[in-house]
Amino acid sequence: MSNTLLISLAVLGILGGVLAVVLYFVAQKFKVEENPLIDEAEACLPGANCGGCGFAGCRALAEACVKQAAEKGNIDGLACPGTDMNKVAAVLGLTAGTFEPKIAVVRCNGSCQNSPSKVHYEGADICAFANTLYAGEGGCSKGCLGLGDCVKKCNFDALHIDKETGLPVVDPDKCVGCGVCARTCPRGIIEVRPRGKKDRRVYVCCSNTDKGALVIKNCSVGCIGCQKCLKECPFEAIEMRGNLAYIDPAKCKACGKCAKVCPRGSIHAINFPAPKPEVPALQGAEPAVKPQPKPEAQPVETKTEVKPENTVTA
Amino acid sequence: MNPIKTFHKGGVHPEENKLSANLPIQDFPMPKQIIVPLGQCLGAPADCIVNKGDRVLTGQLIGTAKGFISANVHSPATGTVAKVDVVMDHTGYYKPAVFIDREEQDEWAEGILVTDKLLTDIKLDSKQIIDKVKECGIVGMGGATFPTHVKLMVPEGKKAEYVIINAAECEPYLTCDFRLLLEKTQEFLVGVKILMKAVNTDKGIIGIEANKMEAIELLDKTINEHKDLYAGIEVQPLKTKYPQGGEKQIIKAITGREVPSGKLPIETGCVVVNVASTYAVYEAVQKNKPLIERIVTVTGKSVKNPGNFRVRFGTPADLLIEAAGGLPEDITDVINGGPMMGKSVSVTNFPCIKGTSGILLMTLREAQDRRQTNCIRCGRCAMACPMGLQPFLLHKVAKQNDFDETEKNHVMDCIECGSCEFTCPANIPLLDYIRYGKAKTGAIIKARNQK
Amino acid sequence: MNKYTISGSPHVHSTENTRKIMYRVLLALLPALLVAIYYFGWYALRLTLVTVATCMLTEWLIQKFLIKGPLTINDGSAALTGVLLAFNVPANLPIWMAIVGSIVAIGIGKMAFGGLGKNPFNPALVGRVFMLVSFPTAMTTWPKAAPVFEAGFFTDAVTGPTPLGLLKEAGVGTLAEAGDMQFLDMVLGNRGGAFGEVCAIALLLGAIYLICRKVIDIWTPLSILLTVFVFTGICYLVDPTQYIAPWYHLVYGGLLLGAFFMATDMVTSPMTTKGKLLFGFGIGVITVVIRLWGAYPEGVSFAILIMNAFTPLINKAFKPQVFGVVKPSKK
Repeated sequence: MSNTLLISLAVLGILGGVLAVVLYFVAQKFKVEENPLIDEAEACLPGANCGGCGFAGCRALAEACVKQAAEKGNIDGLACPGTDMNKVAAVLGLTAGTFEPKIAVVRCNGSCQNSPSKVHYEGADICAFANTLYAGEGGCSKGCLGLGDCVKKCNFDALHIDKETGLPVVDPDKCVGCGVCARTCPRGIIEVRPRGKKDRRVYVCCSNTDKGALVIKNCSVGCIGCQKCLKECPFEAIEMRGNLAYIDPAKCKACGKCAKVCPRGSIHAINFPAPKPEVPALQGAEPAVKPQPKPEAQPVETKTEVKPENTVTA
Repeated sequence: MNPIKTFHKGGVHPEENKLSANLPIQDFPMPKQIIVPLGQCLGAPADCIVNKGDRVLTGQLIGTAKGFISANVHSPATGTVAKVDVVMDHTGYYKPAVFIDREEQDEWAEGILVTDKLLTDIKLDSKQIIDKVKECGIVGMGGATFPTHVKLMVPEGKKAEYVIINAAECEPYLTCDFRLLLEKTQEFLVGVKILMKAVNTDKGIIGIEANKMEAIELLDKTINEHKDLYAGIEVQPLKTKYPQGGEKQIIKAITGREVPSGKLPIETGCVVVNVASTYAVYEAVQKNKPLIERIVTVTGKSVKNPGNFRVRFGTPADLLIEAAGGLPEDITDVINGGPMMGKSVSVTNFPCIKGTSGILLMTLREAQDRRQTNCIRCGRCAMACPMGLQPFLLHKVAKQNDFDETEKNHVMDCIECGSCEFTCPANIPLLDYIRYGKAKTGAIIKARNQK
Repeated sequence: MNKYTISGSPHVHSTENTRKIMYRVLLALLPALLVAIYYFGWYALRLTLVTVATCMLTEWLIQKFLIKGPLTINDGSAALTGVLLAFNVPANLPIWMAIVGSIVAIGIGKMAFGGLGKNPFNPALVGRVFMLVSFPTAMTTWPKAAPVFEAGFFTDAVTGPTPLGLLKEAGVGTLAEAGDMQFLDMVLGNRGGAFGEVCAIALLLGAIYLICRKVIDIWTPLSILLTVFVFTGICYLVDPTQYIAPWYHLVYGGLLLGAFFMATDMVTSPMTTKGKLLFGFGIGVITVVIRLWGAYPEGVSFAILIMNAFTPLINKAFKPQVFGVVKPSKK
C-alpha cells in the first residue's frame, strides 16, 4: 500500500520537475519583447475587457495608445469609458489634458415631423442595407434612415431611437465618445465632437451637401448652404462643405451666434442657458440655468423637444 | 426542336403571369421634355459633354464613358438642353441627368442609317464590331446593365466557344424579350451572327424557356428557311424554372459546364448576351444607331391595359403607366424590372433607362402577408438556392456581423436571385441580410487584396 | 394615395407559411385520431383535448408573461405538439399526468430554448420521455383496443399488453401461440398501444398527404423504415426462433408515427437530403437496438431524441455543394 503511494509520489514529482525545466526553456525561447509602456498603460485601464473602446480588450487599447503616442504625440480618439484618459496620457509622457472628453452628435434632424415620409420601407432592419435601396422615407439622401445600426453597435446603451422623431438620441451621461456609432453609420451622420466647456457645444444638425432647393423639398430643417452663419461667426470657425455649413470644433468658441441667425434652425446650440425672457410673464417659471432633464424621458441631446429649453435658436 | 434542358440545383417556379405576352409592341410617343440620366449602366456614370442651351440631335453623344466598366450615353431625341441637373431615378437617389426640351421632328445625327430594311451583310471585323458596340453604349439590357463590349473582349489565352443568347426571360410578368423575338426575328438573328463574329466562334445558342413555344417555333422555322444566313445558330428550349436566365444557370443548362466560383463565364468558353442587347448590337453595327430606345413591359394584375412599349430613354415612367390605363388605386409596390430581381422605386416619374425591362405595378394582395416568424429550419431556402448556398445560415451570420463566416460560406457566390426569400415559409427577408453580408464581405475582401 | 413600399427584391413570395405547414400536419393526423376514437372511445378524445389545451395555454402564458414577445399561439405548432404528445401515451393515462407532460413538453422542450424553431429536441417527445421516466407504470399500462360500437363510448378500457411488450417479456414463441400477431389487426389498429400509433393505414394516409403537399419529404422516413427492415431482417434470418419477422417491426409500436410525423419535424431534423438519410439511418439502428436488446420494449422516441442531438453536427457535415466549387480531388 505504502509502496504504491511512494511510487506515485516519486513519478509525479519527477514528471513535475522535468516539465518545469521544459517549460522554462520554452518560455525563454519564445519570449516576446514588448514595450514596457504597454504594461504601464494597461495598468491604468480597468481591465474589464468590455470592448467599449472599440478594441479587443484593454491590452489592445493600451497598445493602440502607445503606438499613437509614439507616432502622433497624442491619444486623441482613443478612449476608455471607465477611465480618466489623462492618467494614461501621463504614463505615456504626454501633457495632462491632451485628452478632451468627447460625445457623439447626430447631425440630422429629419424627424418624422420635419421630413415626412413619402414611402414606406419594409425589410431587414439594417441601415447599411436600406442605404443601398433608396434615399430614405423622407426622401433626403443624406439623412438618417432610422433603423438603428448605431444603436445596435453602441456598447454603452448610450443611443436609442426616439419613437416620436424616428431619430437616434445620444444619452450624454452614458456616451463616452468612442466613435463606434460614427464608424457604423453608412451615411456618416454621426460625428464625435468635443463636449465643450460646461458641456456647451454648437454644431450643424444636418449632413446634406446637396443644393438648397433639393434640401427644402424633403426637409424643413436641413441646411441649405445660405452661409449666413459663415458671415456671422466672429472666429471663422465655420466652413462650407459643398452646400453644408460645418463648424470646426477646434475654432468654435461656443458663442452661439450662428444658431441665432440660421433661418432653418439647422444649427443646434446645446446646454446654453435659455435666453432671458423679454416678456417676464412668458414661461416665467422656467429656470434660467440649464434644467436637468429626466434621464429616461428627455436626454439633453433630444433636439426637437428640448430645443425650446436648452438651445438657442432664431 | 432540341430536347428541353435545364439546370438541376435548386430553383423555384413562381406564377408566370405573362399578361402582355400577346400584345404587340407599340411605339410610345415622346413627351415634351425628356430626362436622360448619365448613369445608365453598372459602373461609373458617364461624363456630360453638353451644356445648357446646346442643341442636340437624336443619337448624338451626350455623355462619354468614364473608366473601364462604363458606357456612353446618347441623346434619345432632338432638342435643346434645358439644364444639367439631378433627378431621382430608379435607384431612389438623386443622380445627374441631362434635361432635353424636345423638338417635334427627329433629326438624326450624322452617320446613322434610318431604315427598316433588313441588313444581313456584316461588313465589320471582330475588332471593329467591339469598338462599334462600345461607341454605341450598349449594355446588358436584362437588368444588370453590364457594358456589352467588356463581355465581348475575350481575355488573352481564353477562347469563346459559344455565344449564348439569354432569351429565357425567367422573370414572371416580363414579356419584352419575347415580343422582340417575335417581331424582329431576322434582325435578332443577324445580331447573333454579329456577336459570333465578334468573339470568333461559329456556335451560337439561343436559350429560351419552354413557355415561349411560339418564339421557339418561329426561330427554328426562320433558321431553317435561311440556312446559309444563320448557319451555326441553334435554338435550345429550357425548362420553365426560375432562375433559368441567370448567367451561370443558363451556361450550366446548355453546356453542362459550371462557372468556377469567383470566376467569369468566359472560363467555360461562353459569352452570354441578352436578347434586347443582341438586337441593339444589330442596330449599332448595321445601322450605326446608338442605344437610345428599348422595349418596356408595363404590367401588373390590376393594370387596365398592360402592354409592351418601344420607349426612348428618358421618358418618365408615369407617362407609360398612364398609357397602360393609369395607376390603379390599390398599388403599393412600383417596381423597375421584374418581381424577382427588380427594384422598388420611390417615385413613379423616374426616367426609363437602358436597364428598365419592365414597370411592374403590384398590389398589397400580391405582395402578401409579410409578417415575419421564427425560422423553423425547414431547409427550403437551401433546397431552392440555385448556387448551393445555405441562405438561412448566411442570414444568421450576416445578422451577427460575422463576416468571416459569410465569406467561408460563399456569400460572394450569391446571384441575388431571391429564390430563397420567395420560398421561405417564415417570411424572413433572407436576401436583404445576404445582400448586406455580401456588400460588407466584398468590401473586406477588396481591402485585403489591396494590402 | 397609398405610400409606395420600398423593399428589397424579390417582391413576390410563395403562398407557403409556417402556419399552413403546421395545420397541414394536423390535418394529416386527423385519420389516426378518428381511428383512435373508434377504438378507444372517449378516452382518446379527452386526452387529446387536454394535451392540446394545456400545450396552447402554456405557450400563451409563457409568451405573454415571461418572454413578453409577440403571441404566436395560433400558428398551430403548440397544438401539434399537444396532438403528438397525446398520440404517444396510453389512452387511459390520468389527466393530471397528461397536463404535467404537456407543460414539460412546451415549457422545457420548446419555450425554454426560445420558442418555435429554436428547440433542439422534438417537444412532444421530450414530454413523452419525461412522463415515461416519471410515471413508468401509468405510461406502460396500455388499454386494449375495443371498437366503440362493441364496448361503448364511455366504458373503462380493459388494459392489456402491447405486441412489443409481449415480445420483450414472453419471447417470440408465446406471442405466436397467443395469436397476438395477426398482421391485419396490426395494420388496422386493433391492438394495444399508444392510441395514435395503432393504425398503420391511417398514419400512412396522412403521410401520403404530407408528402404530396411537400410538407415533408420522403427521405427521413424512408431511411428509417429501410434501416429497421434490413436490420431486423438480418436478425430474423440469423435466428427466426428468437427474432420476429421484419414486417412486424414496421407496423409495431410507434415506428410509423415516429418516422413520418416526429422524425420529420423540420426544426429538429437535418436540412439536406444526405443528412436526412443519415439521420434516418441513425434512428433506425437505435430503435432496433433498443427493441431487441434494450430494457424498454419500444425505442422510437429515444432514438429520435438521440438523433435530434446529432442534427447540428449532421447539418455541419452535410452542406449542399456550392455551384462552381470543385471538390478537392483525391489525387
